[in-house]
Amino acid sequence: MGRLWGRLDDPTSDAGYDQHPPRMGFFTDTSVCIGCKACEVACKEWNEIPDDGYVLTGMSYDNTQELGADTWRHVAFVEKPVDVSVSSPVDLGMPGSGPPGTGGDPASDESGSDGVRWLMSSDVCKHCTHAACLDVCPTGSLFRTEYGTVVVQTDICNGCGYCVPACPYGVIDLREDDGRAFKCTLCYDRLKEGQTPACAQACPTESIQFGELDELRERADRRLEELHGKGVDAARLYGRDPEDGVGGDGAFFLLLDEPEVYGLPPDPVVTTRDIGSIWRSVGAAAATVAALGIAACAGRGRR
Amino acid sequence: MSPRDPDARVEEFESYYGRQILKTPTWKSPDVPLYFFLGGLAGASAVLAEGAALTGRPGLERVARVAAAGGAAAGTAALVHDLGRPERFLNMLRVVKPTSPLSVGSFILTPFSACAAVAAASRVTGRFRRIGRLGGVGAAALGPPLATYTAGLIAGTAIPAWHEARRELPFVFGGSGAAAAGGLGMLCAPYDETGPALRLAVAGAVLETVATEVVTRRLGIHSEPYRTGRAGRLMKAQRRLTDAGLVLSALGVKSRLARRLAGAAFVADSLVTRFGVFEAGKESARDPKYVVVPQRERLARRTAEQSPAGV
Ligand code: SF4
Repeated sequence: MGRLWGRLDDPTSDAGYDQHPPRMGFFTDTSVCIGCKACEVACKEWNEIPDDGYVLTGMSYDNTQELGADTWRHVAFVEKPVDVSVSSPVDLGMPGSGPPGTGGDPASDESGSDGVRWLMSSDVCKHCTHAACLDVCPTGSLFRTEYGTVVVQTDICNGCGYCVPACPYGVIDLREDDGRAFKCTLCYDRLKEGQTPACAQACPTESIQFGELDELRERADRRLEELHGKGVDAARLYGRDPEDGVGGDGAFFLLLDEPEVYGLPPDPVVTTRDIGSIWRSVGAAAATVAALGIAACAGRGRR
Repeated sequence: MSPRDPDARVEEFESYYGRQILKTPTWKSPDVPLYFFLGGLAGASAVLAEGAALTGRPGLERVARVAAAGGAAAGTAALVHDLGRPERFLNMLRVVKPTSPLSVGSFILTPFSACAAVAAASRVTGRFRRIGRLGGVGAAALGPPLATYTAGLIAGTAIPAWHEARRELPFVFGGSGAAAAGGLGMLCAPYDETGPALRLAVAGAVLETVATEVVTRRLGIHSEPYRTGRAGRLMKAQRRLTDAGLVLSALGVKSRLARRLAGAAFVADSLVTRFGVFEAGKESARDPKYVVVPQRERLARRTAEQSPAGV
């Protein structure tokens, strides 16, 4: 067992690997996402993920709704009414929601002329530095690979479901008719063959970038600087900081609004950070129960 | 912004179409809350059984030993039934992980069940007395952690209502387990031997009430799921049952019937408590408010600390 919390530059060694390749990850730059869902499709195809129903949500173009056992990439579509007069004058290449011909006009607001701002973001398992799902898994089914990613061994998982509420991002879930837990593997099988994960390979705009995490972080910092330089003040990195509550994400993002707007927790913390205080409290309560039991029997009161 | 409770106090926050951020625990009801109850009942009963044996109360000992063994066996069955792949239950014993209360708990539950079963079998049949007592001592040692680790199990998740109650929940569960064990003793043991059971039940119920009070009132936004909806109703019922148990116990100093009824009330109280806590956790997973608002506040505090002049 390794470090539970805080900055940790090499979670792979911490997990017990002597020699290992560099930590691999995703940098998802949502500022260039066009919401085509190629990543969702490529992921489903490559990983042979079962169909999870044909549902029209009616809430937006997002009929996939959320990450889960059968959805390992999920493209969020945020339609937010904006005040056109103050919206960013920078053309981010977002598709418009108006009729063809008006949407691409760089003189209008960033997403067409109807005062609606579009945000799209392809979400995925964060492959946390301190992964709660892995920490709490009682069977050892969830493990850290030599690439520093977090993967379920489906031949071991017994479907206890502990990882499901442990994940601070609500990523992993049980597949109902199967009983076991499933999530993104960062295409472990493809990585072993030196290939790029299916989603990153399929992404036509390079919104999903795959590579060595250190290199991706540098690239993300440059991209952020570039966007800030252009006046896109709302741009921010999410999951980039190795000092955050999960020690930084192996899959991190450039967002154009607050994380919760995309359905992401604003300040996630790995639950096992507090495992010490949990055990202390469990122990103290157990001692109390023992003491109550002894006192109850020792007391010789009538009957 | 949450569509789930339009008239709640206005806590401005943003979300993705009001959708939940965390996954709702997939643990089934009644399996899992029932397991929490049975584990508490069994664990505290093992302590009571050993105490009864040491102080020469064979009738009470017998009831408590059977409760410990039966509770553990039924609890294990509930736990296994909840698994997505029940036939792989033994994979729980593949590794020992102190970071996983479920892993540690499996290593408490398994030997406890064995010890309690031996002790109960020996007590009921009257054979293999020495081994039986040894089992009884083992079960009594493992019993208290069995009763409280399940609180650590749910506290060790990202579910706000559980995680933020991590200091109090083990006391809720411990007290609740003691109330159940004592309650069952009051209900089933020979009347003349129910004294220790009554004292254990009352002390447990008081501990449970105090800890529950903190959870349901002192945790700010995280107390909310314990006070509203299904969980709120269950927690209210739980409170009434505890009160009934305490009042009946006071009457039970003289009245046999009142003492038996008090026992039943404590057992029911303990059962309802686990369902209430379970439902509160599920509710706090379903509403993004419980994730976003406190995390936003935490971020704001941190920002304020880092740049006191700013903001
Ligand atoms: S995002 Fe969730 S499922 Fe993915 S590694 Fe982190 S805790 Fe595990």
